[in-house]
Amino acid sequence: MSANHDDRHHSPDPHGRALRLGVGGPVGSGKTALVAALCRTLGPVLRLGVVTNDIYTTEDADFLRRAGVLDPERIVAVQTGCCPHTAIRDDIAANIDAVETLEERFGPLDLVIVESGGDNLTATFSRGLADQQIFVLDVSGGDKVPRKGGPGVTSADLLVINKTDLAKHVGADLTVMSRDAAAVRDGKPVLFTSIREVPEVYSVAEWVHGVVQSWAHTQAHHPHGPVVPTANA
Amino acid sequence: MDAALLLLADSRLPAGGHAHSGGAEQAVRAGAITGTEDLARFLRGRLATTGLVTAALSAAACHLAVLLGSHGEDGGRPWTEPSAAAAAESETDARAAWRELDAEADARTASPAQRYAARTQGRLLLRSGRRIWPSPVLDTLAQAVPDGVHHPIALGAVAAAAGCSRHDAAMAAAYTSITGPATAAVRLLGLDPVVVHRVLAGLVPDLSGVARTATAAASGTVEAGVAARGTAAEAVLRIAWEELPAHAAPALDLLAEQHLRTEVRLFVS
Repeated sequence: MSANHDDRHHSPDPHGRALRLGVGGPVGSGKTALVAALCRTLGPVLRLGVVTNDIYTTEDADFLRRAGVLDPERIVAVQTGCCPHTAIRDDIAANIDAVETLEERFGPLDLVIVESGGDNLTATFSRGLADQQIFVLDVSGGDKVPRKGGPGVTSADLLVINKTDLAKHVGADLTVMSRDAAAVRDGKPVLFTSIREVPEVYSVAEWVHGVVQSWAHTQAHHPHGPVVPTANA
Repeated sequence: MDAALLLLADSRLPAGGHAHSGGAEQAVRAGAITGTEDLARFLRGRLATTGLVTAALSAAACHLAVLLGSHGEDGGRPWTEPSAAAAAESETDARAAWRELDAEADARTASPAQRYAARTQGRLLLRSGRRIWPSPVLDTLAQAVPDGVHHPIALGAVAAAAGCSRHDAAMAAAYTSITGPATAAVRLLGLDPVVVHRVLAGLVPDLSGVARTATAAASGTVEAGVAARGTAAEAVLRIAWEELPAHAAPALDLLAEQHLRTEVRLFVS
């Protein structure tokens, strides 16, 4: 089920709205690096906006702005009052506001990425905020993490296991992680990445591009919304 | 009391309130709140100043929404004449009335940082309120102040759309004026949440008094304005909103300004 079916009057673009992609996961797993990589790889083919949810300050937004992967004005930071979780799941008002502000200012957009503040394994995005969500784990947290599950690991549309380059240093077995993730995810995709080594993250970018195209197709056949152009390249 | 007040005043209402500390974060940083005793003084002061002002604005907004025929279910504007021209004129007057009341809230909010926080919260509340309790009057309000109406104005209008009374609206504003900072202090200082709730319980008589005073002030102001003859839309433009309470809290203004200039912030305000 996609977000906000009953909220069409808030869609700033009469032709439908951008896909909203949530990126969540524990602190330090590589969420911001992944978002930067997606902007770098998809920026030339998709019209993008980014909302960051920082625990404090605007650290992540500043990192992305400095990375030069996107027009700095297309990156908006939301403060979460000590509760990163609340802002993406229970009270999504500020995030929805930020997404719509981006769409009003720069729309039409194809994709708005909402990056959660670093949280724990139970953190998931409300379907009222994110149409699709990626959960980012890293190898250095230990190869038991996928088996422990939690809503983030089990229910995200895509599970990304990052920092595969560290596996040999921390004694993590990627085969175990892959098998355990598959077991708790009921067939939903899992991708292994090493953003440090392959900063373009082609595999994840390809998945995201695919869901954006499906979304545009859905919007085109939505009773209220005609076509959304998917790419300007 | 209408049961809808419980939903409206609940901190779980998805309207962005959880990210605001009402000055508590900066007060903690400045050393003005270090424990529950300080917190109790902070909350008492906040309730008597900002709390009373926002409660009166909220009650006034609720009253105005009802006058403009906001009851949601039929969307009828009882004072509007049937012709399309009259309806359009009435809509224009209604927007003007909302903008006047919003300007009164602005005039009572000296700190630009607080204005920003109040408008952000108002915009988010109105957005959620329009989806939870759809009503033509909320649409009019959103169109009248598109960048975000002050929070107590949004609260009063949403209260009316939810079927709450003016007194309920005042109570919700007064209540949230102290529960937001209290929760923030629990998170920031690791205070015992039970002790903090005892502090809030101790403020209940003050809360009731503020809601009563605010409702009476708002009702007096609105009724004096609409007592003269004419259509409702004309009448609401004659209301002397400047009569509403205007207590100031300069320390809160300063905290808000300092907060906006602080690098590490967990809360929006």
